[in-house]
Amino acid sequence: MTSDSDAVPAPAAGPHPVHRLGDIVRNGAIFILLAAMMIGFTAAQPAFIGINNLMSILQAVAVVAILGAGVTISMAVGGFDLSVGAVAASSVMAASYAMIVWRFGAFVTVPLVLAFGAAIGLINALLIVRLRIPDMLATLAMMFLLTGLQLIPTAGRSISAGLILADGSTALGKYDPLFLLIGRSSLGGVIPVPVLLTLVVAVALYVLTEHTRIGRLLFATGGNELAARLAGASTARLKVIAYVISGTLASLGGIVVAARVGRGDVSSGSSLMMDAVAASLIGFTVLGLRRPNVFGSVVGAVFVGVLLNGLTMLNAPYYTQDFVKGAVLVGALAMTYGLGRARS
Amino acid sequence: MALVSLRNVFKAFGSTRALAGASLDIEAGEIVALMGSNGAGKSTLVKILAGVIEADAGDIRLRGQPFAPRSPAEATAAGIVTVHQSTGVVGIPGLTVADSLLLDRYADGATPFFLTRRRVRERARAIVEEAGFPLPLDRDFADLPAADRQLVAIARAIGHKAELLILDEPTASLSGAEARRLYAVLKDLAGRGIAILYISHRLADLEALADRVEVLRGGRNAGSFRRPIDFDAAVETMIGRPLAAAHPDARTAAGPPVLSLRNIRLLPHARPFDLDLHAGEVVAVTGVLGAGKSRLLTGLFGAGRFAAGDMRLDGRPYAPADPAEAIAAGVVMAGEDRHRTSLMPAGWPGEAVRSTISLPHLDRWFPSGFLLGDRETAEGARAISRLGIRAASPAASVWSLSGGNQQKTVIARWEAEPSRVLLLDEPFQGVDLGARQDIITTLRHHADRATLIATSDPEEAAEVADRVVVLDGHSLVSPASGGANTLQEVHP
Repeated sequence: MTSDSDAVPAPAAGPHPVHRLGDIVRNGAIFILLAAMMIGFTAAQPAFIGINNLMSILQAVAVVAILGAGVTISMAVGGFDLSVGAVAASSVMAASYAMIVWRFGAFVTVPLVLAFGAAIGLINALLIVRLRIPDMLATLAMMFLLTGLQLIPTAGRSISAGLILADGSTALGKYDPLFLLIGRSSLGGVIPVPVLLTLVVAVALYVLTEHTRIGRLLFATGGNELAARLAGASTARLKVIAYVISGTLASLGGIVVAARVGRGDVSSGSSLMMDAVAASLIGFTVLGLRRPNVFGSVVGAVFVGVLLNGLTMLNAPYYTQDFVKGAVLVGALAMTYGLGRARS
Repeated sequence: MALVSLRNVFKAFGSTRALAGASLDIEAGEIVALMGSNGAGKSTLVKILAGVIEADAGDIRLRGQPFAPRSPAEATAAGIVTVHQSTGVVGIPGLTVADSLLLDRYADGATPFFLTRRRVRERARAIVEEAGFPLPLDRDFADLPAADRQLVAIARAIGHKAELLILDEPTASLSGAEARRLYAVLKDLAGRGIAILYISHRLADLEALADRVEVLRGGRNAGSFRRPIDFDAAVETMIGRPLAAAHPDARTAAGPPVLSLRNIRLLPHARPFDLDLHAGEVVAVTGVLGAGKSRLLTGLFGAGRFAAGDMRLDGRPYAPADPAEAIAAGVVMAGEDRHRTSLMPAGWPGEAVRSTISLPHLDRWFPSGFLLGDRETAEGARAISRLGIRAASPAASVWSLSGGNQQKTVIARWEAEPSRVLLLDEPFQGVDLGARQDIITTLRHHADRATLIATSDPEEAAEVADRVVVLDGHSLVSPASGGANTLQEVHP
């Protein structure tokens, strides 16, 4: 494999073994912490380590991991997709609307919703590339727009079977059982389908970003756009690719949420954006890369999931969850940037 | 007693020894030039004095007292002030020159909270008077040319009661007249007892300024030359081998041109001009800053547009819409300021030597789309041995290389695949004489393509090129074809 990432974490043989040990600790810190947490939680509550609980942790973080991978791709091109949470939430509504009002089956609904996410990604990219709106502002505006848009078709109501439409008639459709399988079934009764989907997405995106030509060019666009363009890369097209991937993944996340919940809840996905962004940023810490990377984002999502699950089992109140996530993010970033600088 | 004295200074970065027992004395009022190939330890030495990094071992004294600044602020407080190469960081666009002069004092807490415009002007004027050269105090910093920005930085240093002024390639982006003004300013300061230490690769700087040239090689002192300075000996000491013929034998190109320009107007109202480039010749285009050199090169590369004109490449019409089209047609460019136009940031994918080289060639080298196989590493290794790039391996980061080796890597990028026309914009910025010789040899080695080099240094142009053309006011002023120009002919 030809990749730069293998050259990054191992700087030319440091003379002091202490420094090298420091590097190992810093680069593997998140894994060491993860192992320590799992041992600690298991000691306090043996049910923690059960396969069912572990799978439920992974199932809980699946959507965040998928969205985090999308945010990571947008960061690779030097952007920042803040609209992923809103795209996921409106995808939940779109999927529900398609099945309940339009009475589509799973085989029409899924491609339709994915196409919706891709279209939003394309619009984001056009705002950024054509109109030159800064990435964060364009996607923030798109977030607002979608958050509002998803309320309009149902006049602000959640969508479930028997929904009364604006014209007074009753929607006759219902959730396709096949569609619900996406969120509620498990492979061999052990691995939930959302976890499987996350795994596929993570592997595919990891390979795309780290081991393909396109990935190298995506990172080149984010690293030095002028240099990428002067090397003949079409940076506009690469940004479009990144945002379309990010939008599509967000709508996939929305499909998973819809298939698990089984209804179009107007408040679904409110914290998804923050969680996904946090996962991507925690991902900077993983392996000490200090840059967006898909593997790190997924690990970051799992890390937060394990922590929250363990704390819940130890009867920590639910309202401390956001505080815990924030503390992990601050700690991870401080370790990546602060300690990294002290060394160099 | 010397103002500053360094004895036996050592500094290592990992396994690389940057300084291995270097020494340096500077007297008050003395102008000392530091020469050395890239990696010789000049920057490290200067950074230790400026408090950016700390020495591993060695005795450093300021006015006889032990001196070990732990930050640039400490060095500044002790009277050692560095004027940085990139003058963009001196001020802030939107603020006036007067504000820029006082900027660091705003930050240190000694300035009163409420400031009147008059008070700012008074204090700024006092600084300028002390510095002894005029500056337009009311102008927006953004409107200042590079030369004036540097003077702002120097004035600010004088305002800090600097006793030692450190300059890193002070004339790199200045025209001849601007450089002469800077020489006068620096000589005046030296006359008033301020010591000046500067790094430069331009012989003109050394000739005009230096009382003494200290040559470093491999982190040690290799020689010291006092006025009158024997520059050939100094350069030979620096590169550790005799100088090759300074002026290459000019070749006269025959046959049909590779690239021919007809009635090109760089700007709508500029005078149109013609230019032919032949296979196997190196043409240098020179002229002051803003004469249109970069505009000419970016237009040829599809990164900009000419106002009018006709281009033919190997006889066929050529009008690239973007760099990708130019590269596909065989016209390639290494832009000015390699950090901005060619390299990926440190720690980012693509920062390795091999991936810096491969960036434009990924689709040819990896047709499957997956980065499988060792093509990239092999090309990197080939470039390292062919251009003599000093890198630990093809996977080493370009940021672990010195400026000259970074530039060789950028040139290796465009040598990795055949091309018809190679465009280089200021390829010798921050490149020492040794690496420059290697690059010139490589460029002149090719018989199958035309090379066009833009440089603001006429001496450099004469050194590298078979033919020199001069741009002035966005149009060519010297004959577009013909034999070799001597240095006299380039100055119209």
